[in-house]
Amino acid sequence: MDQSELPQAAVSTTSVPVVTILYFARLREALGRESERLELPAGISSVDSLREHLRGRGGTWEAELAPAKPVRVAVNQDMAAPGLLLADGDEVAFFPPVTGG
Amino acid sequence: MTVRIQTQDFDIGVELERLRRTNPKIGAIASFIGVVRDMNDGDAVTEMSLEHYPGMTEKSLEAIVVEAKSRWEIIDVLVVHRVGVLQPTEQIVLVVVTGAHRGDAFSACEFVMDYLKTRAPFWKREQTPEGTRWVDAREVDDVAAQRWS
Repeated sequence: MDQSELPQAAVSTTSVPVVTILYFARLREALGRESERLELPAGISSVDSLREHLRGRGGTWEAELAPAKPVRVAVNQDMAAPGLLLADGDEVAFFPPVTGG
Repeated sequence: MTVRIQTQDFDIGVELERLRRTNPKIGAIASFIGVVRDMNDGDAVTEMSLEHYPGMTEKSLEAIVVEAKSRWEIIDVLVVHRVGVLQPTEQIVLVVVTGAHRGDAFSACEFVMDYLKTRAPFWKREQTPEGTRWVDAREVDDVAAQRWS
């Protein structure tokens, strides 16, 4: 088969935003991972919708990221409001309230 | 401005001397040291470990220092925060503010600590006789930070 006919060629031309997600402290431990790369599904464009999407994984994800849980989110290392819109290449971090000092 | 995250201990004598000699306009140096206690929430603490978010930690501390400099007449700020495993009586954090006069140096030092406690991405985990646990954030720290807004 000629290379140009491979279906991958068509896939590579589509532009799906990809974000890097980091988890810290209690969340990292509970969720069992410290980072992942995620192609944002259609309709997932804000911090809050990403959190909701991750909750959809069920189990621990649903429990740890529940709306009542005091989860903080930073985007590109700045604290982010729930409505902040995400862009391709963003670094999104989920973590509990901080306890340094 | 200097912000350092490190596992090793710090020597306040060395740090203060270095800062003091940088500028003959310094007339006041205010400092705060946070120390690991052997007790928290009624339980014995035998060891503590501190995790942070490399990159964001430095960025957030630098932003806090910039904010302090915009609010008070101060000359310089040093923040040293340790991460890793620490034992009771060990030093955790050092904040030093230099200025011409004590009033602004005291206030800025307190402000930097209050903001650090609520905004810099560090998390403590402590070892107690019942096992290890993540330390919960305290409302009293939020209240302390809110008084500056």
